[in-house]
Amino acid sequence: MNFFFHFGRYLLMLRQMLSKPENGRMYWEETVRQMASIGLGSVGIVAFVAVFMGGVSAVQTVYQLVAPYISLTVVGSIVTNSSILELGPSVTSLVLAGKIGSNIASELGYMRSSEQIDALEIMGVNPVAYLVGPKILACLTMIPLLVVISISTAIAGGMVICQLTGLITYDQFIEGARSSFLAYDVFFAMCKAFTFAFFISSVSAYHGYHVHGGALEVGRASTKAVVYCCILILSGDYILAELLL
Amino acid sequence: MIQLKGIGKRFGEQQVLQDIHASFGQGRINMVIGASGSGKSVLMKIMVGLVVPDQGELFYENSSLGAMDRSEKQVLRQNIGMLFQNAALFDSLTVEDNLLFPLRMFKPAPRAQMLDRVAYCLEKVGLAGKGPLFPSELSGGMKKRVGIARAIVLEPRYLFCDEPNSGLDPKTSLRIDHLIRDLTQEFNITTVVNTHDMNSVLECADHIIFLHKGRKTWEGDRQQILKSENEDLNELVYATRHLQQYRDQAF
Repeated sequence: MNFFFHFGRYLLMLRQMLSKPENGRMYWEETVRQMASIGLGSVGIVAFVAVFMGGVSAVQTVYQLVAPYISLTVVGSIVTNSSILELGPSVTSLVLAGKIGSNIASELGYMRSSEQIDALEIMGVNPVAYLVGPKILACLTMIPLLVVISISTAIAGGMVICQLTGLITYDQFIEGARSSFLAYDVFFAMCKAFTFAFFISSVSAYHGYHVHGGALEVGRASTKAVVYCCILILSGDYILAELLL
Repeated sequence: MIQLKGIGKRFGEQQVLQDIHASFGQGRINMVIGASGSGKSVLMKIMVGLVVPDQGELFYENSSLGAMDRSEKQVLRQNIGMLFQNAALFDSLTVEDNLLFPLRMFKPAPRAQMLDRVAYCLEKVGLAGKGPLFPSELSGGMKKRVGIARAIVLEPRYLFCDEPNSGLDPKTSLRIDHLIRDLTQEFNITTVVNTHDMNSVLECADHIIFLHKGRKTWEGDRQQILKSENEDLNELVYATRHLQQYRDQAF
């Protein structure tokens, strides 16, 4: 019963978002501000995680290749494919759920508890459209870009670590990466990125927007947002894999 | 003029407001008083449209709020200014941007013209030159004055103030009271103030309604309130022993 209440209220929130902006320019400015905050603010952490993700997957792949008749170029192939199919979109989204999701939930939760959302509503601004809409739009734009950065950095990280540690050479890595590359895998990764971006932004916004109470509830909303986002990302990951692969 | 006709509201099992009838006139300070938990804040939220009543109707001039569609409500809300208990300023914006926000959203004009309006409103509330500061750099009284400036920046016809003196020292409270009174008279606004501060009531209330356990049990003005025989009201008005002694001597 509780699930249907929250799901219904979540859908109503999304519907409320689809109204005509009171002033398109102000909405656009807010969207750009959110894009800068979400996108530029997350490049560092995404790149850092991706470098080590690529490096670790390269080292572990070499470790598992014990049979002498398997070419070492397969390391490049495995690191590239796993980065595109799974590590890039899914792990990056989990990291971003922690960073962006908690940020959105706590920002909206604080605005709710300090009556700033009520102030917007009394002015005649649609608070869902003005506060939630730009965040979702910014996430839908920036998270796929961050995933692209993550995939590229993970592959580059794997390649550099292979070369530096002497596991395989650049040429071997690139040969392996090229041999198994499929454009459809990138399409699949982008489908995951868009879906997870929508989950992260809308679910976090829902939890923040409907906070009742003070600082304690804002903290709880932030935690709930991250937990639900992670659950949705992991279950969505499986469903998309079943549907698209 | 704002008219309330039989307003009632229930949250779960609790009847918060019951059969409230009242009329709030233009150019006057209308005060809603009552102890904490008497339903004042819910009544104000109903009046500004944040909460929908279960019973009754609310009229702005002759238009029923409940019958208005979304666009009509939006137009009405541009005529409403509200000062929140904690001012509800946008923390990430400077004082100037807080005031510019409603102007840019609803009355976009050349920037210089909007800045003139912002400067005028800040001057009205005695905060000229404070535009570049952030809300976190202001005192409680200054935040309230910025809240008032933001509330009047769109030249509203209705001004709502929720506990404007809470958390302020007596001198600052008096300053806020005078500010609200001067703005109400100068711009001929319909002002509704929620308070339980009797100094405010006696200082500037033109019309008072008293809520007790969600019901309106008394209505009058600031001369009548001191002579009221409503026991619940007297408990609020003469809450301290000094005032009780004063009443016993005076009446």
